[in-house]
Amino acid sequence: MASSLSLNATDTHVLDVDPLIDDLRTRIVVCCGSGGVGKTTTAAALGLRAAERGRKVVVLTIDPARRLAQSMGIDSLDNTPRRVKGIDDTAGGELHAMMLDMKRTFDEIVEAHADGQRAEAILGNPFYQSLSAGFAGTQEYMAMEKLGQLRAQDQWDLIVVDTPPSRSALDFLDAPKRLGSFLDGKLIRVLMAPAKVGGRAGMKFLNVGMSMMTGALGKLLGGQLLRDVQTFVAAMDTMFGGFRTRADATFKLLQAPGTAFLVVAAPERDALREAAYFVERLAAEDMPLAGLVLNRVHGSGAAQLSAERALAAAENLDERGIVDQGGGNVELRTSPEAGSPAPARDTPDGHAQTPDKTPHRAPATTPAPNSPATSTPAGATTDDATTDRTATDQLTAGLLRLHAERMQLLAREQRTRDRFAALHPEVAVTEVGALPGDVHDLAGLRSIGDRLAAGADPAGAA
Amino acid sequence: MSRLQVVSGKGGTGKTTVAAALALALATEGKRTLLVEVEGRQGIAQLFETEALPYEERKIAVAPGGGEVFALAIDPELALLDYLQMFYKLGGAGRALKKLGAIDFATTVAPGLRDVLLTGKACEAVRRKTKQNKYTYDYVVMDAPPTGRITRFLNVNDEVAGLAKIGPIHNQAQAVMRVLKSPETAVHLVTLLEEMPVQETSDGIAELQAANLPVGRLIVNMVRPAVLDEAELALAQGGVPRTAIAKSLSAAGLGGARRGGGAERLVTPLLDQAAEYAERHELEHSQRAVLADSGLPLHELPLLTEGMDLAGLYRLATELRKQGI
Repeated sequence: MASSLSLNATDTHVLDVDPLIDDLRTRIVVCCGSGGVGKTTTAAALGLRAAERGRKVVVLTIDPARRLAQSMGIDSLDNTPRRVKGIDDTAGGELHAMMLDMKRTFDEIVEAHADGQRAEAILGNPFYQSLSAGFAGTQEYMAMEKLGQLRAQDQWDLIVVDTPPSRSALDFLDAPKRLGSFLDGKLIRVLMAPAKVGGRAGMKFLNVGMSMMTGALGKLLGGQLLRDVQTFVAAMDTMFGGFRTRADATFKLLQAPGTAFLVVAAPERDALREAAYFVERLAAEDMPLAGLVLNRVHGSGAAQLSAERALAAAENLDERGIVDQGGGNVELRTSPEAGSPAPARDTPDGHAQTPDKTPHRAPATTPAPNSPATSTPAGATTDDATTDRTATDQLTAGLLRLHAERMQLLAREQRTRDRFAALHPEVAVTEVGALPGDVHDLAGLRSIGDRLAAGADPAGAA
Repeated sequence: MSRLQVVSGKGGTGKTTVAAALALALATEGKRTLLVEVEGRQGIAQLFETEALPYEERKIAVAPGGGEVFALAIDPELALLDYLQMFYKLGGAGRALKKLGAIDFATTVAPGLRDVLLTGKACEAVRRKTKQNKYTYDYVVMDAPPTGRITRFLNVNDEVAGLAKIGPIHNQAQAVMRVLKSPETAVHLVTLLEEMPVQETSDGIAELQAANLPVGRLIVNMVRPAVLDEAELALAQGGVPRTAIAKSLSAAGLGGARRGGGAERLVTPLLDQAAEYAERHELEHSQRAVLADSGLPLHELPLLTEGMDLAGLYRLATELRKQGI
């Protein structure tokens, strides 16, 4: 089975990250994917790697884990990129990082595009305050807006963007369009010019509709809220054009050859399903996809030993122990028997059981690492050799079960990957080995970066 | 048991699965539950292996003992038209509003209106009664937005009630808030035994409590089975000579124990895997302690190693029942 797995693996393209980030034509890398797959970490690791390879990089993160943000020195929200200290800059690169503050980004747009009095009116409007403080969607608009700003500043030669943890990973792509369709809609005219209704003759039918509309809206929203909305829309009026132009420009920027999308996923069914949606969507929008980053892939240094053989061997050792317990020094070796109706090792809920018949010895009484297997632990019986061997067998059986579990996980991950590869054979993939814990320092990011670049072969990785 | 059960959690923790299992568990013994999806992902349909759910309450599963689970995927746009029709008899005007883009505006751009509609619809289902004056559903389980957004999502009506100081929206928003802040509601958070989800859970609890929203239970999902016990872990960390392990492997029929032999070559990778296991075990232990510190009821659901399917869902529901839900 192992050989067929590796055959399938070589069928997919390998995503080579280094040429991508080394290429000076690559100006924007967008990391997208569903929540909880390590998008932010991937973006940060990629940015660090590019900077240490000589590029001047800014990483825009949306909602980083606190300790990761602290390690990059961006835990304070000031909405401007900060230089990250402690990187290896011998190649002449720089790393800057920032965390998106959506309210501040929105406020800055208002301040930049409206004169003093008007800006004040907008910023003080209750409707605006709610909108900017982050209801569904605002984060996506603002991430796009910030990306456009960073690109326009032209201070960095590579921008790495993390995307918001949206209900759907596709939301941020829709943000500019949705804003555009709203701005193009008739509603905004109704809202902005309720007084003008009843003007031109040719519009009469529509106007009847419109007055009915404002009536309905007023009834629905309450007069005061409708007035707030109208004030807001009127005050924003002059800025709307700018919004749309910039949203369109950012959208085009994403389609440009200097942009590369990386879809980030974990080898789990749901995450890869979202990844597949994303790949399809990017293709539909003519967005350049560089490839798939598959995080948290497991490997094993002992892949030559299958789960089945490991389990059979573990049972073999258990039986040896039971025989020893029951009959003293009986040297007995059973061969692995596939059809043996031995008590099921797996309980119905998947817990592999460790035999509870064998004596568990306290760590204090275990022999020193270098002592031979026949050493005499304190308080041991005369049957030392057997007890010791029993303990060793028990541990070995445990190691084998652990290995079997790992191999089953590997096979599951491989099946999910194969399903994705069958649907999208054209997508290049890099695999990042799973780490036992979370990453929250530059050294950890660096090691993720190494794994990203080595990505074709996660074997031996944790 | 509160009648509105809101299930949130960090992305990737399996909150949809837990919500579905909870709906099944609560339907056991002849009860009727409604499972509500608010994020338009059709996750429920995928879990129950049915075609995409329409905006309509339909029966999707039968629970042990004859209970029934209904499901509803709330479409904000249809919910708004529904709402206009119900409260204002605005059928025709609703269509005109749609033409104008007002519905798009209301459901995507306008602050919070979308969330008002989603929470409003769920609360309506909670309060709905049959002609016999009994509740239509014994429980409503909501597969809610992730932890990072849940407080804002549930609290949206407060915000809206503040924005629209009078009028029907104001009244509606206040009515919804009354349900959400009452003991009728419980917000459960799903997490994994990993650092980031646990951190987010702690933050989420603090935010919910600060907003006077009732936090219910913490559900640790995908708990991996214990393969090595404490004694074995201690042994693996240097307690047993490598040669002894090699001999043991050899005795189990895995090749030679001498240097370069099949069994000997397995020792290092197997011990490496044990070291990783130990590190993870340690981490899980500390994260479990953090969760216990919250003082909230804690439940654990096992990792289903063969992936989630319908049978797995029933198993998780049984597990929840066993743990007293």
